[in-house]
Amino acid sequence: MISREDVVHVARLARLELSDTEMERMREQLNGILGYIDKLKELDVSGVEPTSHAVPLVNVTREDAVVPPFAQDAMLANAPDRVGEFFRVPRIIED
Amino acid sequence: MLTEKTIQELTAAYRSGETTPTAVAEAYLARIAKLDREVGAYLMVTGEQALEAAAGAAARYRAGAPRSALDGVPVALKDILCTRGVPTTCGSKILESFVPPYDATVVERLRAAGAVLLGKTNMDEFAMGSSTEHSAFKLTRNPWDPARVPGGSSGGSAAAVAGGLAAGALGTDTGGSVRQPAAFCGVVGLKPTYGRVSRYGLVAFGSSLDHIGPLARDVTDAALLLRAIAGADPRDATCLTAPVPDYAAALAQGVRGLRLGLPDEYFIEGMDPEVERAVRTAVDVLRGLGATVERVSLPATPHALATYYVIAPAEASSNLARYDGVKYGLRVAGARDLIEMSSRTRAAGFGAEVKRRIMLGTYVLSAGYYEAYYGRAQRVRTLVRRDFDAAFGRVDLIVAPMTPNVAFKHGEKEDPLSMYLNDVFAVPADMTGLPAISVPCGFSVQGLPIGLQFIGKALDEAGVLRAAYAYEQATPWRARRPSLA
Repeated sequence: MISREDVVHVARLARLELSDTEMERMREQLNGILGYIDKLKELDVSGVEPTSHAVPLVNVTREDAVVPPFAQDAMLANAPDRVGEFFRVPRIIED
Repeated sequence: MLTEKTIQELTAAYRSGETTPTAVAEAYLARIAKLDREVGAYLMVTGEQALEAAAGAAARYRAGAPRSALDGVPVALKDILCTRGVPTTCGSKILESFVPPYDATVVERLRAAGAVLLGKTNMDEFAMGSSTEHSAFKLTRNPWDPARVPGGSSGGSAAAVAGGLAAGALGTDTGGSVRQPAAFCGVVGLKPTYGRVSRYGLVAFGSSLDHIGPLARDVTDAALLLRAIAGADPRDATCLTAPVPDYAAALAQGVRGLRLGLPDEYFIEGMDPEVERAVRTAVDVLRGLGATVERVSLPATPHALATYYVIAPAEASSNLARYDGVKYGLRVAGARDLIEMSSRTRAAGFGAEVKRRIMLGTYVLSAGYYEAYYGRAQRVRTLVRRDFDAAFGRVDLIVAPMTPNVAFKHGEKEDPLSMYLNDVFAVPADMTGLPAISVPCGFSVQGLPIGLQFIGKALDEAGVLRAAYAYEQATPWRARRPSLA
């Protein structure tokens, strides 16, 4: 069972600010979904290799050629806040 | 009526001079203006660009030099596919203002083929859902019954094709999101092999599960659309380099001698008896056409959905970490530091279902739970794959129901788990990457469409298309259209 503290911890890891009501609903719903997922524990998977990808591909390489990148302005055009050629964010380092 | 023609009929009419791409684009835009307030298939209609593209196509037909089998064909795009200069929202407030600086590879290929792009279609936010009710922007109604959902997450694309608001459309399928809405709306939906179609410019949800595929009025149209978008792309390292066959040319080979496997596990307690009856009748039709049908067992099926709901949220939680309010999309003002800015932006920008999946995915990947959930789910994914490997030792294709039920009513599935269970027959093909198609196989007593699914071996799109075509040609379903105002 997921506790209230688990929800608070996971929300912090996921960078999601949740209200008290959302926390409680989330706890209930996640417990419901995880209860269903627990049916995976019925299976014996010892010795079974994990599958991370549907199609086995290794070391896909391409020609090491210079291609024109996107223009800087085009890449900055969607920025919520920018100064010149930089994305602007709130201060991270204390004075 | 121009908006009832299939893609094949349209291009034949362009070549004969019976009509022009401009007249057809105008007819579609007029129909959208008149009816889409009711259906709600589109988030944005790009009328001006469509008419411009149609004029180009018209000139090519006049010169006797169309570019492809899609030249001048009006197509809709799910709003998760990046379109240069045209907003791409993923049905989310967090991307409401996002205007991509580039086209997805599939969009680039449709443009190059001469297709007329009508606009962007509604969807469950970030493709998470089975009803399109999780869109942050609007409700989409099923053209067969406005009280019902079109399915999802590509519900806008399916409703557009079913309602005569586009000749064809692209959707995406991570856990059934092309095939399930196709089944609910009575159209054809094809999910190709993983990697058959480039994911470049497809906004990521579950990277090992995301597929782009066509929705169309009939199997031939689906084949034509797939051919235009499939094939190697150096911008997607997981894209397969195998040559792309002429799918439409190989459709008419029939099913005589084809070995079909009917999996026991796809007929479950609680499924709609009308769906079961329609599917079993369809299997009899296939037998009558000369296919052999034998029972097969895919024993991991009852665990496939649980596996999916670990792996897909895990991948989503990682993919959606990029929406932090820094480089694009929404940013909530007034935060004191970077973490607060991201946390509040994500709280304001994501809807309830997306938050739920991010939380679930973060939880199953977090320290102490990783092996118990994610590790175990990856091992069960192997069991699901082994089931299909074993079955394909004996049969050429799997034939099965697409969904356990017909389209449900808006608001009927409030509980997240009951919504998830709707995808129970869809997710195995996503987890194994195998090609799968949904083709209409009848209607319920209430007049709601039912879908028949074929699943093939890796890269055997031609096989699933050929079986679906043989079935379609032998049955009357595609002649029925919903009656919109």
